[in-house]
Amino acid sequence: MIQFDNVTKRYPGTGDALSHVSFTIPNGAFGFLTGHSGAGKSTLLKLIAAIEFSTRGQVLIKGQNLSKIRRGKIPFIRRQMGIVFQNHQLLFDRNVYDNVALPMVISGFHRSDIARRVRAALDKVGLLHKEKANPISLSGGEQQRVGIARAVVNRPALVLADEPTGNLDPELSAEIMQLFAQFNQVGVTILIASHDIALIDEMRAPVLTLHDGRVIDNGFEHDLEDTDLGD
Amino acid sequence: MATRQRSAQGAKNARPSLTLRLRGWLFNHSQALTFSVAKLAQTPIASAMTCLVIAIALALPATFSVLLGNAQTLSDGWDVDASVTLYLHAEVDDADGAALARELNGSDGVADTRFIGRDEALATFRKFSGFGDVLDALDDNPLPASIVLQLQPEHSARAQLQQMAEEMAARKEVETAQVDLEWIQRLNAIIELMGRGVLVVGALLALAVLLIIGNTIRLDIHNRRDEIVVIKLIGATDAFVRRPFLYGGLVYGFVGGVLSAMLVAAALLFVSAPAEQLADLYGSGAQLAKINWATVVALVVSSTLLGLIGSWLSVGRHIREVEPK
Repeated sequence: MIQFDNVTKRYPGTGDALSHVSFTIPNGAFGFLTGHSGAGKSTLLKLIAAIEFSTRGQVLIKGQNLSKIRRGKIPFIRRQMGIVFQNHQLLFDRNVYDNVALPMVISGFHRSDIARRVRAALDKVGLLHKEKANPISLSGGEQQRVGIARAVVNRPALVLADEPTGNLDPELSAEIMQLFAQFNQVGVTILIASHDIALIDEMRAPVLTLHDGRVIDNGFEHDLEDTDLGD
Repeated sequence: MATRQRSAQGAKNARPSLTLRLRGWLFNHSQALTFSVAKLAQTPIASAMTCLVIAIALALPATFSVLLGNAQTLSDGWDVDASVTLYLHAEVDDADGAALARELNGSDGVADTRFIGRDEALATFRKFSGFGDVLDALDDNPLPASIVLQLQPEHSARAQLQQMAEEMAARKEVETAQVDLEWIQRLNAIIELMGRGVLVVGALLALAVLLIIGNTIRLDIHNRRDEIVVIKLIGATDAFVRRPFLYGGLVYGFVGGVLSAMLVAAALLFVSAPAEQLADLYGSGAQLAKINWATVVALVVSSTLLGLIGSWLSVGRHIREVEPK
């Protein structure tokens, strides 16, 4: 699903944010990405989401080499993944329903399909009764759940989450993790960047640990034998 | 399709069929249009101001060009029947004058003649000049009788007219012969000049409209930067991001065009009474100073196009700059 092959990312003036990073995350995996702040977690996620591009080495998503992708193809790469942001990035000029519908509207689905899928996604995160509300009126946990509904409404093969529980208390964080676990059970590959060690330990999932832009522990390697490698 | 996806694994990536995508495309466009209109309606005063500025900028050259167009029609009408007016000596009485007119009617190059007696001239003058009171103060009718010679078109060249005028002036009954083409030619030259002027001003104002719309859209893009970043992050193509802004420019242009047509109609209504009187004065039955549907359509279409082009220029430059960081 995700394959990094000796990837180095250098920002001009600041040195290497990632250096010689190699790892493979198999199809249908559920894992964490962790490390101190500045270790390169965000950079790594940006490389996967085609927001940034590697200086050297290759990033492959479902076999597609992102280093060689044309600019016009990027949106279609992003449609194959759902991204959950720490600050959820909801649009406050429209209601919850329209926020969740956005990825499907962008993909060109028809109104009736959109309605069905948006309601299913909202139902999944337990916010169906809030579809008409403006996201600004929701609590932090609810806003994050709307963000998750938006990330999964298009049924992506891969969900990336950048500190999805960063602003939430432990109880809400656990709820959010349970949601991700449920999506993983129906086959979605999930990669969560987090520095919440307690939460990660609780989930008993493979962890990729970064330190100063290098992989110092690759939990995915340990269970490669019993997981499908995917493409 | 949807049912299959529903039953399929979540990991299956959703890609709608062609017909679904076509329907979705139409839906996207109608939604972008509705969205743009709704956005404009959210800031009614600012939007109205922009539309009004566009309307005024376009109404100016449009009004002048309609007026000029009218003047052109009027003068074109005169152009074909070039004429020479013979002012007769005061001693020539109406019967002789009318006889002369009949005589000249048969001569070479003359299409028609019309005798205007002294009394008729006086009545016409009294009606239109506004100097009726002055005439009352005079004992005598000061106006001469005249004969208007309408020349055949093939004899209407300037040199021929001049020659005709000289021949006629040599007759003993004729005091002066005046070629009536000259002032029409001058008028035509002035109309031509003004037409060019209107064209230049129109082009400048159209450019101004482009810039107004471009700038409005640029500000709009700037204000919605965060929104653009978010929708790009969830897979929006540049085309999708552009669409509501392009429709925004289109709507500005369309509303501005409709408003400007209304302004032009109002302005022409305001000048129509004196313009009709003027037309009457020159014996023209032409309907003057009315806006016609062709003008309205041209105005609205060109304004809408300007809106689209203006926003296109702005969007092309500014949307690429907004990228997720």
